[in-house]
Amino acid sequence: MDSMTDTETRPLIKMIKVNKFFGPFQALKNIDLEVYKGEKIVICGPSGSGKSTLIRCINRLEEHNDGNIIIDGIELTDKVEDIDAVRREVGMVFQSFNLFPHMTIAKNLMIAQQLVRKTPKAKAREIAMLYLERVKIPEQADKYPIQLSGGQQQRVAIARALCMRPEIILFDEPTSALDPEMINEVLDVMIDLARDGMTMVCVTHEMGFARSVADRVIFMDAGEIVEQAEPAEFFDNPENERTKVFLNQILSH
Amino acid sequence: MSFDLSLILESLPLMLAGIGITLKLLLVSGFLGLILAVALLLMRISGKFYLDWPAQAYIYVFRGTPILVQIFIIYYGLPQFEAVRDSIFWHILREPTGCAIVALTLNTGAYVSEILRGGVLGVDRGLLEAGSALGMSARHKFVYITTPIATRLSLPAYSNDVISLLKSTALASTITIADMTGIARTIVADTYAPYEIFISLAIVYMIFTLGLQKLFGVIERYLGRYTRRDG
Ligand SMILES: Nc1ncnc2c1ncn2[C@@H]1O[C@H](COP(=O)(O)OP(=O)(O)O)[C@@H](O)[C@H]1O
Ligand SMILES: [Mg+2]
Repeated sequence: MDSMTDTETRPLIKMIKVNKFFGPFQALKNIDLEVYKGEKIVICGPSGSGKSTLIRCINRLEEHNDGNIIIDGIELTDKVEDIDAVRREVGMVFQSFNLFPHMTIAKNLMIAQQLVRKTPKAKAREIAMLYLERVKIPEQADKYPIQLSGGQQQRVAIARALCMRPEIILFDEPTSALDPEMINEVLDVMIDLARDGMTMVCVTHEMGFARSVADRVIFMDAGEIVEQAEPAEFFDNPENERTKVFLNQILSH
Repeated sequence: MSFDLSLILESLPLMLAGIGITLKLLLVSGFLGLILAVALLLMRISGKFYLDWPAQAYIYVFRGTPILVQIFIIYYGLPQFEAVRDSIFWHILREPTGCAIVALTLNTGAYVSEILRGGVLGVDRGLLEAGSALGMSARHKFVYITTPIATRLSLPAYSNDVISLLKSTALASTITIADMTGIARTIVADTYAPYEIFISLAIVYMIFTLGLQKLFGVIERYLGRYTRRDG
């Protein structure tokens, strides 16, 4: 359908003038965003600024009210087949891990492969073990999520997303629910993914991660994208007053 | 007034002859009631008003009226209608046992569907979002995420309802059924010893309840195995 040059120059994620309301409250205002293959985007901003809402619109966990969202050439509308197609390309990692508590770690990684990709059980288990090794916890395969530490659970959640072989992974504050000593083990996995060329959109306040990994840092406030720039520019030379205030707050401690 | 122990020893075997009927009422209406409850639950959570409203009305009627009155309506009331006598249900409804099973089923179905709905509502939304993000369909999410977790969450309240159903089966004795309570009432009528007979009857129900409690305890521990850190 598309020519080679098209897929290489076309953004994987394209949002055009996207607006999102919760009742009368406008959570996203005229969002324009393009993310290209292999890019790593970090989104930061104060609580309630719409970061989660923005990335949740990308895989249709939230419906936008107007504007266009086009993921790898597929526009998100009410059409269920298109939503399914987009969700097959987009993985997501949540702040609260959201592992299925009643399934073993291996089963957590296998279930969607078996149901959605129709992968046979043995093959699904093989893929699950591959990614558990990648996040360095293959020995936990037959335990239940509750038996793992928070950091281990989040690594499992990343492995679960990877098992579906997504083009893009969305991270919504993946380290915010973790005890401080577990943050690095999760960030290490994310850095490893980034080196591998994965397209990533990360909502996070880990500024060290943003500085070393991000191609672009986006600052949101009150539902708007206020500023976006390369990390060096963003941190050392922010333009907008709201960005400066925010950076002062989070970098001062 | 004296307490006649030998009377108890004599009448216990007689009452135990009614165990079969009591158990049949419990198991058949418990099983059918559970199926009805799942059907009502699916109607309630379908998101379609033409399924949801009738289910709500049904639940309201059966929770809002005494089960004894429901049994009387079904046993004494329904046979007055020719349509009922001509229907395929007549061979069930002309038997007192059939009537009792129908009444208990319809009643427990209403209660259990609300118990199950509580379980469904208790499932963490984040898990369903994780399922969606992985591309799982609504049906997949219901079968593989909602159902197992809601079952575990519903179980304590459900076991309570089953125990309550066991005791409701005693109402069947009011429409001539010779369950344990029915037999006890006959013995009391013959012996004029209500104290001894009904106390031993009460003890028999308590023993049954204890058995049910133990059984559900085992199921609860099994379903809850993934909620304990030590596995
Ligand atoms: N389901 C919802 N219903 C109503 N308001 C919501 C809902 N989700 C988010 N909001 C509101 O939208 C705004 C943005 O929320 P969110 O995207 O979660 O912010 P962030 O992730 O930046 O903290 C907040 O004011 C929040 O209260
Ligand atoms: Mg958020």
